[in-house]
Amino acid sequence: MENNIEQIYSEALSAIEAASDEKSVKTLSTLYLGRKGFVTQYLKNISSLPEGDRPLAGKRANEMKRGLDGAIASRLAVLGAEAEASDPGIDVTLPGRLSASGSFHPITRITTEICEIFTRLGFSVVEGPEVESDYYNFEALNIPKHHPARDMQDTFYISPETVLRTHTSPTQPRVMEKSEPPVRIIAPGKVYRCDSDLTHTAMFHQVEGLYVDKKVSFGDLKGVLTSFIHQMFDPGISLRFRPSFFPFTEPSAEVDIKCVICRGKGCRVCSHTGWLEILGSGMVHPAVLENVGYDTEKVSGFAFGMGVERITMLKYGVDDIRKYFENDIRFLRQF
Amino acid sequence: MKFSLSWLNEYITLGMGVDRLADGLTMAGLEVDSVTPLYDSLEGVVVARIVEAKPHPNADKLRLCQVDVGAEERVGIVCGAPNAAEGLVVPCALPGAVLPGGIKIKKGKIRGEKSGGMLCSARELQLATDASGLMELASDLVPGMPVKEALALKDSMVEIDLTPNRPDCLSVIGIAREAGSFQEPPVKVSYPEVSLPAADASLGTIADHTSVTIDDGDLCWRYAARLVFDVTVGPSPAWLQRRLLSVGLAPINNIVDITNFVMLETGQPMHAFDFDRLAENRVVVKRAAEGEAFTTLDGKEHTLTSEMLMICDGEKSVAIGGVMGGVNSEIGEGTTRVLLESACFNPTSVRKTSKLTGIHSDASHRFERGSDLEGVLFALNRATALVAELGGGALVDGLIDENPMPYAPRTIRVNVESLNSRLGTSLGAVEMQELLCRVEFAVDVLDENTLDVVPPSYRVDVERPEDLSEEIARLWGYNNIETSYAKVVASNESYPPAFSARQAVRSAFVGIGFNEAVNYSFIREDAVDRLRFAEGDPRRRLVTIVNPISEEQKVMRTSLIAGLLASAVRNISVQERSLHLFEVGATFIAGEGETLPEEPEMLAGLVTGDRRSASWFGKEEPCDFYDLKGALEGFFDSLHIFGVSFRPMVAEACCYTRPGYTAEILVDGEVIGLAGKVHGEVLKSFELKQDVFVFEMAMGPLAARISGDRQASSIPKFPSVTRDVTIICDASVCAGDAMAAIGDEKQALIEGAWLLDHYAGENIPEGKQSLTFRVVYRSADKTLNDKAVNKIHTRIMEMLLKRFDAVLP
Repeated sequence: MENNIEQIYSEALSAIEAASDEKSVKTLSTLYLGRKGFVTQYLKNISSLPEGDRPLAGKRANEMKRGLDGAIASRLAVLGAEAEASDPGIDVTLPGRLSASGSFHPITRITTEICEIFTRLGFSVVEGPEVESDYYNFEALNIPKHHPARDMQDTFYISPETVLRTHTSPTQPRVMEKSEPPVRIIAPGKVYRCDSDLTHTAMFHQVEGLYVDKKVSFGDLKGVLTSFIHQMFDPGISLRFRPSFFPFTEPSAEVDIKCVICRGKGCRVCSHTGWLEILGSGMVHPAVLENVGYDTEKVSGFAFGMGVERITMLKYGVDDIRKYFENDIRFLRQF
Repeated sequence: MKFSLSWLNEYITLGMGVDRLADGLTMAGLEVDSVTPLYDSLEGVVVARIVEAKPHPNADKLRLCQVDVGAEERVGIVCGAPNAAEGLVVPCALPGAVLPGGIKIKKGKIRGEKSGGMLCSARELQLATDASGLMELASDLVPGMPVKEALALKDSMVEIDLTPNRPDCLSVIGIAREAGSFQEPPVKVSYPEVSLPAADASLGTIADHTSVTIDDGDLCWRYAARLVFDVTVGPSPAWLQRRLLSVGLAPINNIVDITNFVMLETGQPMHAFDFDRLAENRVVVKRAAEGEAFTTLDGKEHTLTSEMLMICDGEKSVAIGGVMGGVNSEIGEGTTRVLLESACFNPTSVRKTSKLTGIHSDASHRFERGSDLEGVLFALNRATALVAELGGGALVDGLIDENPMPYAPRTIRVNVESLNSRLGTSLGAVEMQELLCRVEFAVDVLDENTLDVVPPSYRVDVERPEDLSEEIARLWGYNNIETSYAKVVASNESYPPAFSARQAVRSAFVGIGFNEAVNYSFIREDAVDRLRFAEGDPRRRLVTIVNPISEEQKVMRTSLIAGLLASAVRNISVQERSLHLFEVGATFIAGEGETLPEEPEMLAGLVTGDRRSASWFGKEEPCDFYDLKGALEGFFDSLHIFGVSFRPMVAEACCYTRPGYTAEILVDGEVIGLAGKVHGEVLKSFELKQDVFVFEMAMGPLAARISGDRQASSIPKFPSVTRDVTIICDASVCAGDAMAAIGDEKQALIEGAWLLDHYAGENIPEGKQSLTFRVVYRSADKTLNDKAVNKIHTRIMEMLLKRFDAVLP
């Protein structure tokens, strides 16, 4: 019996060692260690041994059980390692199960960027209505009825006294009427002009800015706008301030940057001038400040406005303004 | 405003090329839009001498010429001009030339005879209007010489995008003044010398022939006139035609050309009347009769209002003052006696009339911006002298000058220090004086801090000290003003709540795979019908545009859905049929009377096409309502908006969505929007052929619930226990109600519950459904045992059976 069991044990170890796959190891495990396995049988038979032999036999049986467990575990480990080593794996180039990715509209992206820059510069964001009274859209901004300056903006009328705002500038008097200087705001939003061709859409987006405080100068205007343009485009970009006319500013200035497409050499985008108009600005006209009851002896300010579509066009290379509102998914996905 | 370089050179000696001039003008505030070389199309046109001219063998009216074009061999050219004759020196376009009208010159055969070029008339070269025959050049010119060189035609046309505040620069002289101001040292303009011919004494004085009466001096500020008799109307000389052609104006006849030329030169609009067509030979300036009919020079008929100022004769209206002349007093070939008008009209009145009549003329453009009261006589004399010279007329002695509103110079007092403070400069009083003198302002330096400034009469835009700050800034140079950085106090204000909410909403939708759309705010008027809004629905209170660009953009949207569906249509038409779009933006509900409309901001979106496109792991699967609903649930979760529920929308309340497939979205019991399948009729009216699922919600209540605040709670320490319960109930029972009922039990140990399975069909009785819920139990302070869980679970099960009249499977 003793020799016999030792022989079975030794054969079992060899068999485990020789097992060629996981399944055969598992079968052997059941065969040797299961209820009908020889170790169990041996333990069952211990009671039939002489009393003095029993402790030794019991100990030996447990040793064999542990030995088999160990052999099985290590054989499984070896087989596992071998299987892993020889596994060709999967085709990782098969397409994955896609999680859909969305996109912000390009106008949203650029508006957000503009607002972030100006809030860093200490401006607060305000918003105003898109359908606006003639008073806030024009009169409060020193554009009386029957003034040729009204031709600068083709206006959509809702009634003789109500318009679709032609610019975000009405937020200027709206905010100043409600608050005392210092005022430092930007106002993003949709604006409308009765003009539709290759380079104009009847709706577009602007961001307005206004800064009124004691002793605000044209030099300060240059400072804020230079900082903005350097952050928005490139800290190295050249810019220039050019005299212009807006009824609600005096002096008025257009701000141009060196053409980002041709770097100033002259191209179609900059009409061969080497410069691109980026925004309009100026010192707030005293009539505008007087209209809201500010004392023009004590405070002065500057205002500016920019077209978001144009900046987006320059930043993202959008070549056709109409694409912004067609919502072609092939366009939207690019942002 | 267009001018040519050579024209500008008549009044000023420029020490710079056209590029520097253009740059200087732009930086002075006269933005140069383009510089176009003139006469480029004369490339390839040379001086030619006709050596021989014989009749064409096969055509009566053509001639076969042998032409010397400066080459060794003579060129045979077929020519139809009546004046083609031996010895004539004419322009010849050689093969390869492209004439102004776009005609390409090629070698060819005309009626069987070879022709190696084209002999040209002045009109063909657009050098003048004469098309009656070949343009005759000086006989001493050498054949072969380019015509451009022979006629010294080197010129450029400059176009300026002029801002409305500078009517003084709607003239070549005005531009010359600006160009002189930025030269170093500044150059003054030399005004053209006007020498009126001696008046013909036999004609008496102007008062013997005519009179001017101004009835409405508030609208006509000045009216001056002269008479020239015995005028011969005919084509203008080449130099005058060329001036007009160089700025794109067509020559008409010498008298009309002169009025146009003087207007372009001085900025003062002029008008010439056929004196013999003025009834009673007199002029009355007065308001029109209401409803009066009048035909302008362009042949268009207008109905006048009593606000419009008319130039009349003794009987009738003959011109709309400052806007356009009438056909009834037009200069024609038979005109011999001319009354020249030079006037100044009230700008606002001219603008109103121009708007009402729809006539935008060169004259109205100038008058409505403000013309120079003091420039009236100079222009009148200039035009008179030219008419007498070019029309060969006799001048009637004297002039009429009615001036109800005499020019009053404005003196503007400038505080040097406050002007410097506005600009951020540190200029002295004398420096400012020097700058302003460059543009002919009269400046009196009272002391080192005070100036009295009188702008020239033509600078109608300069009224107050701030206007002078602009003059000084631009003359000093905007780019010479030092850039400064204002000391900015940190702001406590963050973004306004509506702005932040919009940003959060966009991020959330982008995060779950939606693309943001932006549609026009205006839509077709019938969109409200197409979206099936009920009578009385506030979304039928339309804000209508009076002057829309098209019917497609006629009214302001009252819902974002129409725009999104149109976007879907466009995408589907380019084979992009699977879409996840969202938009956030204002809608517009008309208010009462003159009040501004309400502008409720909405959030809307759509899902259409396939949930998943075909791929190696599965076929394509069309999306359905639950894709949209799942997206919305994910959206609310990501923004930590809880207390959201969906409930069936009653059929009567459904408009653009289909009853039975539409849920109202509630947050904390408040309805904030809806989600559903687009109604079949709506699909049809938008010509959509696939199902679309949409949602629309009001941003207001959403924004109120979007917050960056978060509150941490402890993570459970003990394991959970999961139990399922299946009931068989009526198919009409809403799963959501059953879910809510479980929640209503308010069992502290229930951590969560959800619908695990929903089934109707085989093995389930007709009209019934099987619902399986999974309930998760957990205690915060101990491991739950089966006994405790079973007790509650049994209660839940019994509640469901009772409440929904259900049985166990």
